[in-house]
Amino acid sequence: MFDFLVSFIPRAVTQGIPLMYGSVGETITEKSGNLNLGTAGIMYVGGISGVIGAFLYENGAGKNGMNGFLAIFIPLICCLLGSLIMGLIYCFLTVSLRANQNVTGLALTTFGVGFGNFFGGSLIKLSGSDVPSIALSKTSAFFSMKLPFANKLGWFGKIFLSYSFLAYLAIAFALIAAITISKTRTGLNLRAIGESPATADAAGINVTRYKYFATCIGAMVSGLGGLYYVMDYACGIWSNDAFGDRGWLAIALVIFTIWRPGHSIWASILFGGLYILHIFIPTGTNLAIKEIYQMAPFVVTIIVLIFTSVRNKKENQPPASLGSSYFREDR
Amino acid sequence: MNKEPLFHITRNSNIKWYKAWIIRAIAIILALILCGIITSMTTGLNPIGVYGTMIDGVFGTSRRIWMLLQNMAILLCISLALAPAFKMKFWNLGGDGQSLMGALGAAAVMILLGDRLPSGLLIIVMIVVSILCGIIWAVIPAFFKAVFNTNETLFTLMMNYVAIQLVAFFVIVWEVPRGSGKIGIINQNTQAGWFPSLFGSKYMINLLVVIILTVLIYVYMNYTKHGYELAVVGESEATAKYVGIKTKRVVIRTMVLSGALCGIAGLLLVGGSEHTLTTTLVDGRGFTGVMVAWLAKFNPLVMILTTFLLVFLDRGATEITTIYGLNDSFGAIITGIILFFILGSEFFLNYRIAFRKSGKEAA
Repeated sequence: MFDFLVSFIPRAVTQGIPLMYGSVGETITEKSGNLNLGTAGIMYVGGISGVIGAFLYENGAGKNGMNGFLAIFIPLICCLLGSLIMGLIYCFLTVSLRANQNVTGLALTTFGVGFGNFFGGSLIKLSGSDVPSIALSKTSAFFSMKLPFANKLGWFGKIFLSYSFLAYLAIAFALIAAITISKTRTGLNLRAIGESPATADAAGINVTRYKYFATCIGAMVSGLGGLYYVMDYACGIWSNDAFGDRGWLAIALVIFTIWRPGHSIWASILFGGLYILHIFIPTGTNLAIKEIYQMAPFVVTIIVLIFTSVRNKKENQPPASLGSSYFREDR
Repeated sequence: MNKEPLFHITRNSNIKWYKAWIIRAIAIILALILCGIITSMTTGLNPIGVYGTMIDGVFGTSRRIWMLLQNMAILLCISLALAPAFKMKFWNLGGDGQSLMGALGAAAVMILLGDRLPSGLLIIVMIVVSILCGIIWAVIPAFFKAVFNTNETLFTLMMNYVAIQLVAFFVIVWEVPRGSGKIGIINQNTQAGWFPSLFGSKYMINLLVVIILTVLIYVYMNYTKHGYELAVVGESEATAKYVGIKTKRVVIRTMVLSGALCGIAGLLLVGGSEHTLTTTLVDGRGFTGVMVAWLAKFNPLVMILTTFLLVFLDRGATEITTIYGLNDSFGAIITGIILFFILGSEFFLNYRIAFRKSGKEAA
């Protein structure tokens, strides 16, 4: 049992980190009252932007050898930029032009997934590989660098220290987001906007600016989830559609954690575990039952959603203005 | 003193219909120009040639036109299902799951009862079962919305993935041959449960069903008491309660309708065109349907147009990708950009921008 946990937990964590980025980013966004269903698309764009950056750098620096700092810095900046642009598109449409948030989010997902697969496909063609994927193993090696002494510490090292810096960064982001939202003036203002933008506006808070900042920061955090997935989890191999429905799972996590980014840390790892649970459960020849196990994260989310609404506790509700645009002259 | 803002925005609720369409047309044209620029930048192709290929890919042969009509029928059916719910401000994002359940129901009947029932009776059972499956998947979130005010956007969204996994489960249970992980064409030899061809086309039944449904939903939403009630609930729940409309009943009733129509869409997919069951059978049409219904402002007749637009882009993009050897996701990018522009153009329909007059400072 102990050996099982030592091998299971690290896999659940690496599976959970992209979800953690996605859900923390989406929570920040939703706290401002913006329900961004484009998260799935944003994570694709974040991933492919990083891949494009890494691809260009690997090819450009081919002969001179790669500089470790640049190998991480370039994909990181590309990823943040790509997701920032996605966030800006969403904000411009829903905040400035007051378009419908659900439809905009879905359009953003269509666009983002298409964008990822299109450029992914083009890069695969450019690199001329025989398999339908690009391998950026050199860049990935820099991204998945681990603490040098992790292997020497036995099970403790495996469970707690065997991850790359992006994994710890995700946890840091979750904590920073949690503290900012619940303990600072900025967070208070943000929550006020999510609950009642008209009241916040009357109190002198710049609703538009907060919504833009929260959504764009949220988008950039989510985008990093895509980058982590490609560079670390998938060992630098991009293949189209490999990212799957993790973006939606991240949105599910936001509900599961009842809009608390701090809880996202353990919840993401739990979801990561649920996501791969079917691999570890001995089912023998009955493969069909594995599919039922893969339902788990979604069923659990539905149950949480029902429970929070049945108990109807004030502090466990979604932000009251979630999903609706704010126009000052509407009263 | 603060500077005065350059402009301010006011609501503009009664815009003339022809103006609205001019604005939308401008948005689409601008989007097409931008897509053209992006096309030539990323691929080096002549954008006009690409658009020409798209049109040829959609209308080129009678087979292609039938494919267009078939795809339109399914997408329109799902959009019709979503429209009444959206008009009620019930964000049913579960069109995918509900249709997939309908497809599962139809496929189950075809597989399990295919050789036991006569063909006519089999199709009737298929209709009943798939409609029921769709209804079940829609009523669960509707019930919790009505009773506990559970967030329906997120609930219906999650139900999609439960449905996908359920289908994945049954696909393995019924796989043919064993170990392939696929069902393949159901009842290939007997064709039991396949909808018969009408007027020489196997897609004719699908088309007729959806045309009839379009008219029915149009009448339902605009000329019946039910349609009126759901519009009132959508505009203001408080008003609905005040005038004595039982909102809970309206929510559940409308979602029964929504689920039933999605079930029919699944039925048409399995019985009428694909004759198989896969997890990707519905292919995100539940989400595309959201956009179709919303772009048409939930008017079933206008939805025919918006369905055409989205299916045209999709089919056209498929053609481009095969001809020019592009990646088939190119269509998704174009669709996304066009949607962004249409979404943005809505602002100019609902609001008016008034610039400050410069003479004001002197006053």
